[in-house]
Amino acid sequence: MDGVDLSIREGELVVLLGPSGCGKTTLLRMIAGLERPTSGEIFIGGERIDADVPPRARGIAMVFQSYALYPHRTVAQNIAFPLEASGMPRSQIAEKVRWAADMFGITPYLARYPRQLSGGERQRVALCRALVRDPKVFLLDEPLANLDAKLRNMARDELKRFQRQVKRTTVYVTHDQVEAMGLGDRIAVMDRGKVRQVGTPEQVYEDPVDTFVATFLGQPPMNLLELPGALLGFRPEHFLPAAYYGAREGLRSFPLAVRRVEYLGSDRYVYGNAAGAGATVIAKLPATIAMEIAEGTEMEFAVPERTLCYFDAATGARQRR
Amino acid sequence: MRRTLADREDVLGVAMLAPALAYIVLLVGVPFVLAILLSFSNASAGSLSFEWAGWRNYAAIIGDPIFLRALRNTAIVTIGSQVLVIVLATAAAQVFRATFRGKHLARLVLLLPWAVPVSLAAIAWTWIFDSTFSVLNWTLKATHLMHGWLYWLGDPGLALAAIIIVQAWRIFPFATVIVLAGLSSIPQDVVEASIVDGAGFWRRLFQVELPLLLPVVAVAVLFGVVYTATDLGVVYILTGGGPANTTQVLPTLAFQRGVLGADLGQGAAIAVFLLPFLIVFAALMLRLARRAEVGAR
Repeated sequence: MDGVDLSIREGELVVLLGPSGCGKTTLLRMIAGLERPTSGEIFIGGERIDADVPPRARGIAMVFQSYALYPHRTVAQNIAFPLEASGMPRSQIAEKVRWAADMFGITPYLARYPRQLSGGERQRVALCRALVRDPKVFLLDEPLANLDAKLRNMARDELKRFQRQVKRTTVYVTHDQVEAMGLGDRIAVMDRGKVRQVGTPEQVYEDPVDTFVATFLGQPPMNLLELPGALLGFRPEHFLPAAYYGAREGLRSFPLAVRRVEYLGSDRYVYGNAAGAGATVIAKLPATIAMEIAEGTEMEFAVPERTLCYFDAATGARQRR
Repeated sequence: MRRTLADREDVLGVAMLAPALAYIVLLVGVPFVLAILLSFSNASAGSLSFEWAGWRNYAAIIGDPIFLRALRNTAIVTIGSQVLVIVLATAAAQVFRATFRGKHLARLVLLLPWAVPVSLAAIAWTWIFDSTFSVLNWTLKATHLMHGWLYWLGDPGLALAAIIIVQAWRIFPFATVIVLAGLSSIPQDVVEASIVDGAGFWRRLFQVELPLLLPVVAVAVLFGVVYTATDLGVVYILTGGGPANTTQVLPTLAFQRGVLGADLGQGAAIAVFLLPFLIVFAALMLRLARRAEVGAR
């Protein structure tokens, strides 16, 4: 972890995105107070908390990837735990638990134990336990990673609605770029302990500052072609048969030796070699382009000039032209 | 290819189980059944003939004040030492969870009481509690914590206390190791969640860690209770049941009546007396352990 300079606005949802081992969870744990930075400063709401402020005094609530529910306590007792720890009178706790449970639609499960709940229900209990303390900041560590794919989309939508409703500052850690793009007001892309870029989903996707950000985001990742002294980057979904674009201004076109075509239902991925460059490039054609593409043939493909990105061949940093 | 012995699982299984089976049947099973049979007979040492005596041995011991005293002492020593063990083991486990220099050496030292033979340890303790040379007394005197003099093994109350101390000392390392293993099996996330949720040390200990340790502690207590309630060595060497039979426990009394007093029938009855209670207790503890474990998943 080195040279991290990140400021998060009040009420904002910032996603820490990066490959595993990039330090995103460590950063979150430092904010939570579960780990101590060797140097540097952390502020919450203008108050410096990095040194000796224990987790409970930081005004934070955290949701763990495993949800970390107390297995020996019922749902109601789980939600009540942070309130009991803060010394709230009993009558008030019961009221607050009911309010929070209503908000997440888990009132019917209050008397159950975590083991009697499904993954989605457990996740909501974990969120509920975090909300009930009324924290200044929510810290979420991959809260959707343990849900199956079908549930995840719904849970993502619910999470975003909930965050908008409570308008609470949220730091969200994930390695899933779809989650990051879909949820984040801003995304901090991290790699090897450093924040590479901070920006809105549009900014980090369309205007990456270096080849790491460019190739980490996007499915499939941005194509990189070696030019003399620079790397030329373009997104697979912009790299389409020249015939599709027609005779338009501002196109960069080159012939592609088509090696293989992958049919994926909603898209087709075309793998091939661009003439003059050895590297494999990928084109992503939406199903709406019905044009026939035969393997083993050469075809003219094109990219709009305005979507091209140039990177320094040595450092990978973006070149503005 | 020819079928070798190693391929014949039916034969191999029996062959490999046989030594263990023989050990259990001959050295555990037979004496156990024999003890139960003896307790219903009028057998005595030195004679091979005996007759069926029905419940007479049991009736005799239940009416015997020394037996009732021994039963009470067994309960006091067992419960007292196990309470001490749970408290000490939980505290020691907290210490050994931290990382510090010399931890491995400290853990070795911790385990020593468990490794030392009961008789050797008990002899060492008789010196610690000796009426003249008691290290304990000298220390208490030197630090001005005590005036006068304590006759540890001469006073019935103090002697029981001494027995409890030695039994706790003996079982506590084992319990600590079990609790340590239990602590490391608690999901780290859950502990951290409680920290973020604002729980301090005591709340975390009593409301998160100890409840999650329950199945493990139940097993530790089960072992401790069985070891303590059936132990002969400590009391036999420390007090010999004295002064005047006030510190007899069931195993020492059974030994005294059955072997030294040659009344095998009554000795067996005393020895077997605890069995039904221990069985019920073991069943309860194992059930508690299993229930809590299922609950944790």
